[in-house]
This record gives sequence, C-alpha cells and structure tokens, in this order.
Amino acid sequence: MATDPRAPETLSLATFTQGVWKENPVFVMLLGLCPVLAVTNTATNALAMGLATTFVLLCSGVLVSLLRKIIPKQVRIACYIIIIATFVTIVDYAIQAISLDLHRALGAFIQLIVVNCVILGRAESYASKNPVTNAFVNALGMGVGFTLALLCLGVVREVLGFGSLFGFELFGASFQPWAVFALPPGGFFALAGWLFLFALIRKRRTAAKPEESHVA
Amino acid sequence: MSPDSHAFIFLNAFLINNFVLAMFLGLCPFLGVSGKVKTAWNMGLAVIFVMLVSSVCAFGINHLLVRFDLEFLRLISYIAVIASAVQLVEMFVKKFSPALFRTLGIFLPLITTNCAILGLALFQTNREYDFTQCLAFSLGAGAGFTLALVLMAGLREKLELADVPDTVTQAALSLMIAGLLSLTFMGFAGLGG
Repeated sequence: MATDPRAPETLSLATFTQGVWKENPVFVMLLGLCPVLAVTNTATNALAMGLATTFVLLCSGVLVSLLRKIIPKQVRIACYIIIIATFVTIVDYAIQAISLDLHRALGAFIQLIVVNCVILGRAESYASKNPVTNAFVNALGMGVGFTLALLCLGVVREVLGFGSLFGFELFGASFQPWAVFALPPGGFFALAGWLFLFALIRKRRTAAKPEESHVA
Repeated sequence: MSPDSHAFIFLNAFLINNFVLAMFLGLCPFLGVSGKVKTAWNMGLAVIFVMLVSSVCAFGINHLLVRFDLEFLRLISYIAVIASAVQLVEMFVKKFSPALFRTLGIFLPLITTNCAILGLALFQTNREYDFTQCLAFSLGAGAGFTLALVLMAGLREKLELADVPDTVTQAALSLMIAGLLSLTFMGFAGLGG
C-alpha cells in the first residue's frame, strides 16, 4: 500500500506476504482486537475463529472486487457491510451445523466478525481497487496473518492457563495452572507481551544495521 | 438479587461483565480515544445514546423477524439499523447542537463500527430480555463503557509524565494497563453472588 493506492497493484509474492508479516493486522496494525482477545483462551477456539475470519475475508474480498465497477461510490460502505454480513451469516450457520460445542464456545463473537475492522479495511483499501486474483491473494495473506496472530495468543494462553495444548494435557497432575491467563486480563497481558517482544526484535535489528555498515 | 431483576441486569453490564474489560467489546475506541479524560467522557456519552437507540430498534426488529420467520436476516438488519441510527443521531446533533457536534467530531460516525453496539443487540436477543430489561441492559453497558474509558484516560494522562523504557511501545503499555484494570474489575465478580 506504499505505492499509489489508486493504481491496481501487480500480483507478486509481496501481495501475499504483506498481510502475514509486514502489515500483520493484529501485531502491526492493531486491528480487530476484540475477537483477538475474547476467543483466544484456548488454541482450538483461536484456530476456529481465525479460519472463520479468513473465509469471510476471502469471500467478501472476491465479491467486492467483482462488483467494484458496479457499486456507486456514495453507498459503498453500506454495500460492503451488507456483503460481509451475508458471509458472516453463512459462517455462523455452518459452524452451528458442524460443531455445536464450538458454536457455544465462540458465542456472539462469530456474528461480531461483521464489525471486525480488518475485513472492512481490506474491502475499502484493497479489494475495491484491484482485480479478483489480487484481492484473493491479498485476503488470503491477511487471513493467514490474522490466524497466526490468534494462534500465537491462543497457544500461550492455553499452555499457561490450562496446562494443555489443543485439549491435550502437556504437564503432569502436579502442574498448577496460571489461571489468570485463561481469564480476560490474561488476554491483555499476553498481547502486551507479544507486542513487547516484537518491539524488542525490531530495536535489535535497527541497532544491528549501523554496525554492519560500519564494518563493511 | 434475582438474575432477571432490572437492578441486577444493570449492575451486571456495568461492573461484573463490563463490556470493555471483561467481554472485550469496543476495544478500538477504548485504546484510540482514551488519550484525554474530556474526549473520553464525550465519547462515552455518545455511545450511551447510540446504545439506547439501537437497543430499542433491535428489540422491535427482532419481534418483526421472529413473527415472519426470518431470523437468518437478523445480523444484516441489525447492522443496517445501527448504521442508520448513528447517521440519524449525527444529523440530529448537527441540527440542534452544533457545539456538541464539533466536540464529538469524527467519533460519532465511528460508533457504527464499534462492536460494543452490535454486541449489545446480539446479547439482548440471545438472552431474550423483555423491553424494560433491554433498557436496563443498554444503560448499564453504556455506563460501563464510559467508566472504563474515563478510568483509562485518567491513567494515561498520568502516564505522560512517567518514565518508561522506550521498547515498551505505546500500544503495549496501554494493553498492560488495560490488563491491570481488567484484573481489578474481576473483583466485582463477587457482586453476582
């Protein structure tokens, strides 16, 4: 998105990778934080939420991109929201049909994917200006990035809070779970911890670069 | 207190299951608009108002949809109603109090994408509240949102003067504080009995 936003981007590997790492919706842009914190108390929930969001991202990205010449500029946001809401309804009913337990665990947060700013942000800033294949690849990258971020949090919180991973016990019976990580405050702490870690890595990198050039 | 009483529903949404700190709804404005106590307060008031309006509308719409067997349209109609409610509030405020309109600025239209509003509408439907219970719920949720926002803004105003390591970025620091606030709010869980 650093180039002219109006010109359609040429399809490249960067179209995919920018969502995974450089513009990771959660860790870099801090978008869509509500589901990130609310449903990541176990890794399973995190994965399910990530996949559901990716599906909505992909479908709405493709449809918005297909309709980009038809949707009038003035009412575009309303149109995007309706498109997104349609796919979220599909996901909601699909999860209900596949696993009722999962549907109960995720609760209203499946329907709340509608107001996830990552999806509307992609529709507005990318899919509405680019051809279908680009929009698809870009949405896939964003979805993978979002899912990875959710997994990062979910794994940390489940291991510390329950002593298990994807439902399997990791430690013996003597393990004392760090209960706060399974509770709401743990979500805030875990995300703050990851952000701190990334800031530290970034600082190390920028600190290392001048030294290299000095040696050369 | 019985769990159906209005006082309990209000307290539950206000403190025990605070929308921001326990349910993680409306985090974007919580982290974005909590720089100053004054703006936080104005934002809170606007959210309370939109919550009340959209809660009443959602209640009516849900009854219509259930009557005509159209429950699968619930999500789409809720989001459409919230968007138009915000638009309506914006026009109303602009017409009758330009001063208030200027203070709220961009925050008014942004309320549309505040997941606390849609969350409120969805929760009141799932829990099958009647009309007055909906009112108590939306007032409690709005008041809880405002409380969390103002508390956070107060803390961040103090933090301006604090000496923190520069690797702790703005966002990480805010999240840490939010975590601590959330911990203290868990103390209210005892109120539920």
